[in-house]
Amino acid sequence: MTEMPDHSVALDAKIPEGPLADKWTHHKNNIRLVNPANKRLIDVIVVGTGLAGSSAAASLAEMGYNVKAFCFQDSPRRAHSIAAQGGINAAKNYQNDGDSVYRLFYDTIKGGDYRSREANVHRLAEVSTNIIDQCVAQGVPFARDYGGMLDNRSFGGVQVSRTFYAKGQTGQQLLLGAYSALSRQISKGKVTMYNRHELMDVVKVDGKARGIIARNLVTGEVERHGAHAVVLCSGGYGNVFFLSTNAMGSNVSAAWKAHRKGAYMANPSYTQIHPTCIPVSGEYQSKLTLMSESLRNDGRIWVPKHESDVEALRNGTLKPTDIAEDRRDYYLERRYPAFGNLVPRDVASRAAKERCDAGFGVNQAGEAVYLDYASAIDRYGRMEAKVQGIPAPSVEKIRELGEAAVRAKYGNLFQMYEQITADNPYKTPMRIYPAVHYTMGGLWVDYNLQTTVPGLYACGEANFSDHGANRLGASALMQGLADGYFVLPYTIGDYLADDIRTGEIPTDTPEFADAEKAVKDRVAQLLNNNGKTPVDDFHRRLGRIMWNQCGMSRNAEGLKQAIADIQALRKEFDRDVCVPGRADRYNPELDKAGRVSDLIELGELMCKDALERNESCGGHFREEYRTPDGEALRDDEGHAHVSAWAYTGVPSEAVHHKEELKFENVELKTRSYK
Amino acid sequence: MAQNGILKSSLAKKYAMAATGLFLCLFLAGHLAGNLQLFTAGSDGGRQFNEYAKFMTTFPAVKLLSYLTYFAVLFHLVDGVVLSIQNRKARPVRYAMERPSTNAGWSSRNMMILGTIILVFLVTHMQNFWWQMHFGSVPMQTLEDGTQIKDLYFVVAAFFHPDNGFALPAIGLYLLGQFALGFHLWHGFSSGFQSIGLRHPRFSALVGGLGKAFSVVVPALFSAIVVFLYFTQA
Amino acid sequence: MNFTLKIWRQEGPQDEGRMETYPVTGISDEMSFLEMMDVLNDQLIRDGKDPVAFDHDCREGICGMCSMFINGEAHGPNRKTTTCQLHMRSFKDGETIYIEPWRAAAFPVVKDLAVDRSAFDRIIQAGGYVSVNSSGNPLDGNAIPIPKHDADDAFNAATCIGCGACVATCKNASAMLFASAKVSQLALLPQGQPERMSRVQRMVDQMDKEGFGNCTNTGACEVECPKGISLDNIARMNRDYLKSQVTGE
Repeated sequence: MTEMPDHSVALDAKIPEGPLADKWTHHKNNIRLVNPANKRLIDVIVVGTGLAGSSAAASLAEMGYNVKAFCFQDSPRRAHSIAAQGGINAAKNYQNDGDSVYRLFYDTIKGGDYRSREANVHRLAEVSTNIIDQCVAQGVPFARDYGGMLDNRSFGGVQVSRTFYAKGQTGQQLLLGAYSALSRQISKGKVTMYNRHELMDVVKVDGKARGIIARNLVTGEVERHGAHAVVLCSGGYGNVFFLSTNAMGSNVSAAWKAHRKGAYMANPSYTQIHPTCIPVSGEYQSKLTLMSESLRNDGRIWVPKHESDVEALRNGTLKPTDIAEDRRDYYLERRYPAFGNLVPRDVASRAAKERCDAGFGVNQAGEAVYLDYASAIDRYGRMEAKVQGIPAPSVEKIRELGEAAVRAKYGNLFQMYEQITADNPYKTPMRIYPAVHYTMGGLWVDYNLQTTVPGLYACGEANFSDHGANRLGASALMQGLADGYFVLPYTIGDYLADDIRTGEIPTDTPEFADAEKAVKDRVAQLLNNNGKTPVDDFHRRLGRIMWNQCGMSRNAEGLKQAIADIQALRKEFDRDVCVPGRADRYNPELDKAGRVSDLIELGELMCKDALERNESCGGHFREEYRTPDGEALRDDEGHAHVSAWAYTGVPSEAVHHKEELKFENVELKTRSYK
Repeated sequence: MAQNGILKSSLAKKYAMAATGLFLCLFLAGHLAGNLQLFTAGSDGGRQFNEYAKFMTTFPAVKLLSYLTYFAVLFHLVDGVVLSIQNRKARPVRYAMERPSTNAGWSSRNMMILGTIILVFLVTHMQNFWWQMHFGSVPMQTLEDGTQIKDLYFVVAAFFHPDNGFALPAIGLYLLGQFALGFHLWHGFSSGFQSIGLRHPRFSALVGGLGKAFSVVVPALFSAIVVFLYFTQA
Repeated sequence: MNFTLKIWRQEGPQDEGRMETYPVTGISDEMSFLEMMDVLNDQLIRDGKDPVAFDHDCREGICGMCSMFINGEAHGPNRKTTTCQLHMRSFKDGETIYIEPWRAAAFPVVKDLAVDRSAFDRIIQAGGYVSVNSSGNPLDGNAIPIPKHDADDAFNAATCIGCGACVATCKNASAMLFASAKVSQLALLPQGQPERMSRVQRMVDQMDKEGFGNCTNTGACEVECPKGISLDNIARMNRDYLKSQVTGE
């Protein structure tokens, strides 16, 4: 079924002409539209119901298209966008701190280490303000101040407060807003919702995406679904590392099936390692939990200055609260005085790793640093005492008031920490360590969010588009909703305008029959493998390879080794994986086996991509390419491009295509947060 | 309008439970106020009490109220049974292991049982007094002006007289009924307010406290009267 | 730590189920409850047996997918905790642990511990939204100031994760806490006012149609809710529904 890509075709991002600030408006004014009567004749499939998927499905249905939406969870509301904590950026400038569309654009380009497309990022910044208005109109209960106005907080890598939030549950509130919009369309019959369904393949007819094969995860039935276009909003693939902040079900399969059908995978090695997660506590661990970046607003990160103190902490003879100020190394404040604890994620993560590698990690495994709220509690406590008119507050009173203030802002995060670690973070500093969180890479898309397969679109984390080599905090929610509410609904019309006379896509064709047969064969193969080893075992081993060789820092030798190791793992998986149960019953092990199988292939491609990129940029840090003081060293001459990979059957032999990135509006500089 | 309409929806049933329940609380208060006269009724041979009883059974407005009360009791009963049947159907397979006491009070979980005990009590209570007053042979008391009225006080006093062989079991059943009533009210009083949406963070403690006080004081006083009659005639 | 697990096994929605007993050994007190289940399943797979199917996804207490009735309580013994956030240090070594699916007529069992909660989706579809299209030009987010306490109350109601613990724990299998949380969220915000009366009617009607039981105000749902959704929301829904019936709006 694999189609060899045409090597001669250059990647055309279809970026509109004109000045940067006018491109999107100009484009919207000039692309083709589908009139309302004709929209009723057109079917669109949306896979995934996170922020991008729910908002896209709802918006398309509102416009009049017939939408079929799919999610593997038992309800669209459970997509992993729900777990996003900190907030969503928008260039509203409500805080009057000089924010603007241009600044948000600039911060995002810079934060992405100059590896994203100017036109896309500017469009993202433009529509960011619409998102907030839209969500407020839907009844999303953003945090407000005492005057009833929307409140903001700061996130890493920027010097303004532009992040809108709902406590530590912003993703939840935004997703429930999009889910409610989706639910409204379901009730009108404009969206048909398929819960507990997994995409098993993308079906192409005459070179265009014309439907999918989906599997009902409860009955095991393999179904054909035709449509005039397919939109993948299937999220990221951080689970390739096994341990990540992703949900257990998050997977690459939808995107990977599309990749196998001819969609290019772009920059797959760009992985965001989030600096503030709860450290690994044991072998059995199944996932890692993020502590929102918003905690770096008020928390201070440190390790002991002296190895003797580290030793004493590890053997339990010393408590962190007993270490005097002058024996602490607030290494982010020391190294990056201008941004301090609010440096971008990639920088903060590497700095934590650097300290831990140097032997200052504060837990048994030596892989943890402190995130300390003592000074914030003191500061808020004093402020609150003043507000309440308490003349000479006692230390205890200040503490009590301060803890209350911190609880109001971050209560649910602190509670989550305590549930997992059984430590009280109000009394003792939290232990944190970087963990895999987000994948900037994904399906290559042009300005219209179309992949290299006509009629196949990708939105949200599933595409590669807007974050370059490192995503800024609170930008993922922004991008997911921008794509779904305000970009794709317009751009897809340009393609669908050709389909007003096509009529319903028949599914009783050889293309669908072949795809369905291949899916059924694969399911049968997995179930009848007669292996001995459970799927998770392979997944853990894949994760270990990826984390060690393709994680926070990478080198050519390790990556080559990783490719060989993954290929061996793949063979062993095929030979020895054990998938119990039946095909016609709810069988989570079977679903997992399919996903892990795709993750193994993806891992190989990620290593290949990381190996090709002979520079350090953003989340991609190659040990061979660094400045004397350990910062990332970019190669703008050789690597100011997007790497888009075409599938050939063997991931490490994928064909490399480049999209040159042209910077006409910002000057490429070495990123500095000092 | 809602498809189910005000009479059929689950919330409507709750409103009916609440409205009839709270109305019956008012009835209890009124009934208790009347009965409290029994503490002193012996001093005038029950005259005042009998006049009160006559008033309560003949005055048109009070009669209307009494019909409302019968209706409320019946509706509360039927509605409660319907709710219970529906609620059982909502969970066809029970849990193998349940720990209901960890998250809900005992009386809130046993309203049906408590209601059934109260019903049994009510039937005997009505037979003993209400039926006698309306249809039984009640001795007459002659007042100073020569008019005769039914001597309900005599009936009550005789019923709880130690010489009556059934007095002790009757008092036992009476106390059991009051006990059940107390627990029923313990949940029911504030639950009624919740059901019709009368809840506000500032007042929920007050309503809760009032309900608890009501559920203790009212049955306690009813019981005290009966015990008083027994022992003062001993 | 070692445990004896008594787990409900049921092949499919139409099949008879039964409790089965499984020993697990070598459990660390740092493990989450679901990681303990992972250990059990790993063992079952290696022994050639059918692993226990259960729903789970985010494993950080926000997606609402995990749903186990553990030792007689929804999400186990700890308060404001989902099953995935429950850790084995909350149990005693050697303890027997009962693990059952949510039980309600409206939540049929899919397999073992996984149930079908699509009734919740249908309640939201009946009216749990503000009818506004994505247009790119609604009012500015700050055009209507919203008092902080209203925004906070709306947020608190909106934190419902739709896990179904309220239904599972209610002796009547009532969905009032879930439905009222969404009704309340939108009733508290100016954006929710135009459809306030019709919304509460449609959502309550749908809730009844799904076969949930009636609320008898035991308050168990509030106690067991992992997000601490308040009974105030139920009262607000009662009030709004009554008003909608009286005014006929």
